[in-house]
Amino acid sequence: MTNIAEKLAAQQKEISIAEFFEKNKQILGFDSPTKALITAVKEGVDNSLDACEEARILPDIYVEITETTRGEFKIIIEDNGPGIVKRQIANVFGRLLYGSRFHAIRQSRGQQGIGISAVVMYGQLTTGKAAFVISKTAHQEVAHYAKLLINIKRNRPDILEEDFKVWEGKEHGTRFEITVSGRYVAGKQSVLEYLRATAIVNPHVNITFKDPTGGIINLHRVSEDLPKETIEAKPHPEGIELGQFMNMGKASQHRKLTAFLVNEFSRVSPRVAKEICNKAGVPESRSPKRMSLEEGRAIQKAIAQVKIMAPKTDCLTPIGEVLIRKGMRNVLEGLKPGYYSPPVTREPKVYSGHPFQVEVGIVYGGQLPRDQPVEILRFGNRVPLLYQQGSDVITKAIAGVDWRRYGLEQRGGKGIPYGPAIIMVHVASTQIPFTSEAKDAIANMTPIREEIERALRLCARKLKTHLGKKAKRAKTQEKFDIVQILIPEIAEKAASIVGKPVPKLGKTVTSIMNVIWIDDKLEYDKKRHKGEIHIYNYMAVKRKLNVHTILPANSLDKKKINPEPSEIKGDKITWKLKGIPSTEMFTISFELTGLDKNELGDIEIYISDINPTHVIGAEPLPGDWDLDERGQHSLLAFDDANGEEYEDDIEDDDDENGMDYDEATEMIEDEATEVISNEE
Amino acid sequence: MKNEERHHKAVEELYKIADDIYNQIEKGQIPKMQIPLRSKKNIQFAPRKGVWKYGSLKGVRSAKKMKGAYMLLRTMYMLEFMKDMVANQKSSTLREMYYISEGWGNAKFGSQDESNNLAEDLEIVTACMREDFKLRPEEDGARVIGNITLEETNRKGEKKRINLRDDVGDSGYGIPYNVETDKINLIDCDAKFIMAVETGGMFDRLVENGFDEDYGAVVVHLKGQPARSTRRFMKRLNEEMNLPLVVFTDCDPWSFRIFSSIAYGAIKTAHISEYLATPTAMYCGITSTDILNYDLPTDKLSQQDVRALKAELTDPRFKDRFWRDEIELMLKLGTKAEQQALAKYGLDFVTDKYLPEKLTEIGIL
Repeated sequence: MTNIAEKLAAQQKEISIAEFFEKNKQILGFDSPTKALITAVKEGVDNSLDACEEARILPDIYVEITETTRGEFKIIIEDNGPGIVKRQIANVFGRLLYGSRFHAIRQSRGQQGIGISAVVMYGQLTTGKAAFVISKTAHQEVAHYAKLLINIKRNRPDILEEDFKVWEGKEHGTRFEITVSGRYVAGKQSVLEYLRATAIVNPHVNITFKDPTGGIINLHRVSEDLPKETIEAKPHPEGIELGQFMNMGKASQHRKLTAFLVNEFSRVSPRVAKEICNKAGVPESRSPKRMSLEEGRAIQKAIAQVKIMAPKTDCLTPIGEVLIRKGMRNVLEGLKPGYYSPPVTREPKVYSGHPFQVEVGIVYGGQLPRDQPVEILRFGNRVPLLYQQGSDVITKAIAGVDWRRYGLEQRGGKGIPYGPAIIMVHVASTQIPFTSEAKDAIANMTPIREEIERALRLCARKLKTHLGKKAKRAKTQEKFDIVQILIPEIAEKAASIVGKPVPKLGKTVTSIMNVIWIDDKLEYDKKRHKGEIHIYNYMAVKRKLNVHTILPANSLDKKKINPEPSEIKGDKITWKLKGIPSTEMFTISFELTGLDKNELGDIEIYISDINPTHVIGAEPLPGDWDLDERGQHSLLAFDDANGEEYEDDIEDDDDENGMDYDEATEMIEDEATEVISNEE
Repeated sequence: MKNEERHHKAVEELYKIADDIYNQIEKGQIPKMQIPLRSKKNIQFAPRKGVWKYGSLKGVRSAKKMKGAYMLLRTMYMLEFMKDMVANQKSSTLREMYYISEGWGNAKFGSQDESNNLAEDLEIVTACMREDFKLRPEEDGARVIGNITLEETNRKGEKKRINLRDDVGDSGYGIPYNVETDKINLIDCDAKFIMAVETGGMFDRLVENGFDEDYGAVVVHLKGQPARSTRRFMKRLNEEMNLPLVVFTDCDPWSFRIFSSIAYGAIKTAHISEYLATPTAMYCGITSTDILNYDLPTDKLSQQDVRALKAELTDPRFKDRFWRDEIELMLKLGTKAEQQALAKYGLDFVTDKYLPEKLTEIGIL
């Protein structure tokens, strides 16, 4: 026995992290040559973006890929970030698990600090070539560069060459060059797709990409606003893992357990800290340094039983509805979609102690392909997720929504729907639960999945409202044709046959239409949005109604609203219309200033004080409207169950005796195609 | 009724339709027209006449819907057109009317089927025949050979006596679109039965083989689904000359429909079934049973065929045992056969063996 143990001990040597990763490339995202190339670009760009944003600099990113020899690519990523001080360059690029963000509880792209050094290592393993880094901070006169490799056994950088260097025309920034073996492809999972997707969720970024053929693709910045600065937050006790908890205890400066809990965790008051200790049966005065594993476990258990306020959510920076719309328009316009559904940014929620926030945008119709599964764009903390779509919580949430009610095809109401749509989902969190270190997919956590489903439904409902409006308009258009063209002609002919004067048509016309028809027009000219709402009364009697619309109050030109609104409350404007006579039209007009063209899409029109089934082109005002104190408009107020009560078709009528005369479908064709018809 | 009177009545009826529409609009209603539903759901057996007629189900054509509004407008145009034809003593073919409708703006038809159908609708609503509106079908060239003598009034107004065996060539006598007594009088006949044949090939085969003379048959070429005049002509032969009518077609779902429109009345023309259908007509073949008994070469049923057969299973006209069994057998075999399949056993097989056997079976010979 001893012999064997000795033997084994002789074989066991310390396995360095670097060595471990060398043997497990796939968990870092280097499992195929194609993916390796994307991962390398992705890690570099993520780093650049994080650095720029932390330094509050609008990012200008340059990416270049050239094929040096067959199967070997040189990647250059250059940013205008704050730069890296000389002594840190080697550590950042040449040491795995080295980073500033590892212990910080905040939303950022890189979370583990594995990324860029893993790229260096991958390059060196596959090509033997060293990484080249040049960086300059604003304070330094000249830049500093280094050529480096990673000492795999020791997990330390081996610097081959370093020196100062003049970097012409560069205020500050970092340029990183690495040669890796890989494969460059175009299409769905490609570097370009990754960059395009990045531009969607980062509308404040300028990206220039030079591909191996020398082609240059520019993805322009469409927003000058940097994302809100992320605030570092202390960890929430509910999300903490035992090991991490013990480590924090060991590192703590506090002498008492209660003080440790109160000061190093968020949402723990002295009262809560006491309660935790009592529940766990651990003395309040226990030094966190000396806490035993058993005690730690007991405390963790107690944490789950004590009521603790949900974590603060202000450490999250969602993209926001306006910027998602801008970003999607900027990147997806080339696909010529028909409609950008107003995006949805949900309120932050919490899963096992970590705050997270879900955002959804849907693009529909136009020239998007109709007979294919919808395209899914997944993002975690503004980083596109290109691989492992099947195991991602976003995919699962999409598959869990019944899309048939929103106008997409879906067999059995489950699975990825088919139709002309692109669905974008962004999950922001201080701790995104990825399924692996490669950060390809977000794990299927129930609270996250449910929240994504809610956001999807909300966004889809907006889409459906839009489509419904379009369909209703088409139907009404048809009725217009009937009453404006066909009925007059029928009347004229009938009158001519019977030799009588042409009868008056008003009543027939209103009986056919029997609706209030509302349409709107929005034009953008000389930095002004000019809007009109037309209300046609095609009912038999005079009708009064209230018309509401949602417009950004700050941009409204109060002098150019006609008629004077009855009420302006936040962004909601109300006109109480006294009564529009039968067969007459009424126009409301308004102007807005200081908005970008894309900032205003459809005009949302709501009606009240009238049976909504009589109205085409506007939705009933949600009953709980005024409860939505944020003044935030529209469907957030509906939430899930309501909202659809008035969606019944206005078509109450159809044929009086329920029998439609349709020879084409009803008749057994005596003259079917196969028999030569002779009769006539 | 004399011709003049019939046209006069037709115009009156057309006026009533227009007047009804006019009054509805004047009252502020949505104009609409009611028409018996022309589907297999709405045909029922009229025992006294022995044919299938429309039932009481009505369809509404209302201007509330796009399609209905277009149809009403077309109706108005067609009424006016017919009224003018009667007034000007002109007539036109259905095809001519379809082309004239090209100039009707919004009331223009999409296809001739549409205009033909509307003309039939007007027949139904007014209880007149389209000839009363001065509309006629194109000559269709259905042919007859057999020992029958008739008197036809030609376009010069002369009465010509024609023997349909001796006075015609091999292609037989062409049935005109008007076979009423003002045009055709049946004089004499020395035949035992009418043999209505679906395809031209088989018609020629029977003629070449001298089937008409050998068996006392009047051979009629149906040319697929027979035109009204062909059906009317056979009915007159059947009633006035006491000739039993035997139908000989391919073995496929469409041929069954040919037989049913001859014997029971077609769905499209159920309003005049008693005038066109020959309730005593007999089906001699080819049946699916024949395919088995005579071991005939077959083709596979197409998807359309199968659909047509299934539709026939819910068609009240095919409700009897014989048809049900044949349809179900055809579905089971999954095959169909042409009349020409009999040529497997030689060109004379059909006249020497098949038809004599089948006609004996149904009691004609």
